[in-house]
Amino acid sequence: MAIRDVTLAGLSRETLLDFYFKMWLIRRFEEKAAEGYTLGKIGGFLHLYIGQEAVATGLISQLRNDDVVISSYREHGHALVKGVDPNKVMAELHGKATGVSKGKGGSMHIYSAEHNLLGGYAIVAAQLPIACGYGLAANHQHLDYVTMCFFGDGAVDEGAFHESLNLAELWSLPVIFVCENNLYSMGNSLEKAWSVNSLEPRAAAYGMAYEKVDGMEIINVHEAGQRAIERARAGKPTLLEVITYRFRGHSMADPGAYRPKEEVERWRSQRDPILLLAAKLREQGIATEQELQQLEDRASGIAEAASQFADASPFPTMDDLVADVMIDPTGAIAWRHQH
Amino acid sequence: MARLNEDEQQIMRSITYREALREAMREEMSRDSRVIVIGEDIDAYGGTYAVTKGLAEEFGRERVRDTPLAEEVIVGAAVGAAMAGLRPVAELMTMNFSLLASDQIVNTAAKVRYMFGGQTHVPLVIRMPAGGGAQRGAQHSQTLESWYAHVPGIKVVMPATPYDAKGMLKSAIRDEDTVLFIEHELLYGVKGDVPDEGVEYTVPLNRGEIKREGRDISLITFSRMVHICLQAAEELAKEGIEAEVVDMRCIRPIDLDLALDSIAKTNHALVVEEGWKYYGTGQGMAAMLYEYGFDSLDAPIGHIAGVDVPTPYSKHIERAAFPNRDEIITAVHKILPQRVAR
Repeated sequence: MAIRDVTLAGLSRETLLDFYFKMWLIRRFEEKAAEGYTLGKIGGFLHLYIGQEAVATGLISQLRNDDVVISSYREHGHALVKGVDPNKVMAELHGKATGVSKGKGGSMHIYSAEHNLLGGYAIVAAQLPIACGYGLAANHQHLDYVTMCFFGDGAVDEGAFHESLNLAELWSLPVIFVCENNLYSMGNSLEKAWSVNSLEPRAAAYGMAYEKVDGMEIINVHEAGQRAIERARAGKPTLLEVITYRFRGHSMADPGAYRPKEEVERWRSQRDPILLLAAKLREQGIATEQELQQLEDRASGIAEAASQFADASPFPTMDDLVADVMIDPTGAIAWRHQH
Repeated sequence: MARLNEDEQQIMRSITYREALREAMREEMSRDSRVIVIGEDIDAYGGTYAVTKGLAEEFGRERVRDTPLAEEVIVGAAVGAAMAGLRPVAELMTMNFSLLASDQIVNTAAKVRYMFGGQTHVPLVIRMPAGGGAQRGAQHSQTLESWYAHVPGIKVVMPATPYDAKGMLKSAIRDEDTVLFIEHELLYGVKGDVPDEGVEYTVPLNRGEIKREGRDISLITFSRMVHICLQAAEELAKEGIEAEVVDMRCIRPIDLDLALDSIAKTNHALVVEEGWKYYGTGQGMAAMLYEYGFDSLDAPIGHIAGVDVPTPYSKHIERAAFPNRDEIITAVHKILPQRVAR
């Protein structure tokens, strides 16, 4: 089949293939992480992003480096798309000194100052007030960066969600609130948690712009993101509700008893965001089978290399145990007595 | 009191604790455009305790912002703004309401630097009044600093005098780390000597201070109880007992050496605090003195604290719920029985 340099919904072939590659990168990275967890190399909690790849990829790909991304504990995908080195993310998962957070944060606390990927926060909804603070600072400093804040449908149930949306609209903060609605807050289904089956009336309650988007169709995600980013650059927040599904458990420790197997299977076989984009690329003759395979293989190679890098890296030292608590070295309790 | 040179002494004047705090914010806002103040009723109302009165008029409503009644986002947004390069001062109406923001204080402000491998820090001041004694009832009369002082990653300070209030607030605003700045509701109207506005001085956030020297017993205390201990010390002096009043003023970090040096001299200690006794600041201090200063002690450390009940409303029983001068004197007599004039 001849390769056509066509655009799809205004997106260039190059952009579309980049989306395809990045989604595979996230998936292969997460599979490698799962393997590391099973082998006991990764401890604690490990929340995989598999199934939700189109959300981070479609939205974050179009941000500038100075735009801020803040996320929850399911943030490896956001970090990879923001440009953080996969080696350093994997090393963090392995608790190695070469990790982005020196091995002191772990899977839930990925942070890279140079990429403005400013944290995985592991208290549900805690990142929304912090995102408001970045928006406030941008306004105060007359800078036009936007803050994109990711959270799950469980975060909507927390008071911080409501306090933050109200403040963002009230103060015209350049923040994009992205609810990755994967239909379950851990094991609790949406029907058991939300009195209203949509975020639309909740956005309306704060007078905030709202859009609902199919999170498995990356082109739709991209387009909704574009509109929200434009709005944020003009100084207004948006609430995006992105309907998606995680193909794995809440964390690696999740036996998944609360979801019917058929439901999971249906999403996996019919709504896989990577397969959906691949079908479009084939249909439109945008990429050959060989090209698609090469992109997937490249992603696999990077994930494998990241795993090897993490394996070969050293653990933090006893000096690291007590470093970085505060800027002020006299901030430790009984500081004079200890010196 | 802190020693000033002669020039400074000439331009001292007496102002209230409230005015001292306001001056600190004015001076720091003039000095540094990154300093903003946010909180409930700090502008139109003039500040619940009138500390922020006039700041919005002087510095504009972009820098002095009234917020909704939403403590979690007040503190969370202040944390984010601090991480993003501002120097926010967040005012919480009372320490009691800080519990609604405690997740952002304990789980965010205190942790992000460490858990993100030193890549960020939170130069934030959270001001809040605490304490009881004004008949505000159980939910508005608490001293909960020990809850926060338990947590590594933040500083907790509790100044007792206008001089310290101003100097420590200026230090707190300049500090690169998060400072919980705990004021006392009954101290706002208390006057004390402070250098003229514009005369530059700061008080460090890691040093206590001997507020009265004495050879017989160390009264280890902080916040409003410094004043009550000074009153007790005056009375004790009449019977020949010289009590040393050690104002710890910084709860975290703590200037342990100051207290250890004091008990090395007096060989006796009484810890005095307004908050509840058990698992609190005073017990923490006493434990440290036992651990590192046991050999200095000629008698067990005494400990006077608030009565172990929710604070009552009715005046005379509320008064009985907090330590007073006579209680301190009685406790000193128990620790120094041989010194009691009979």
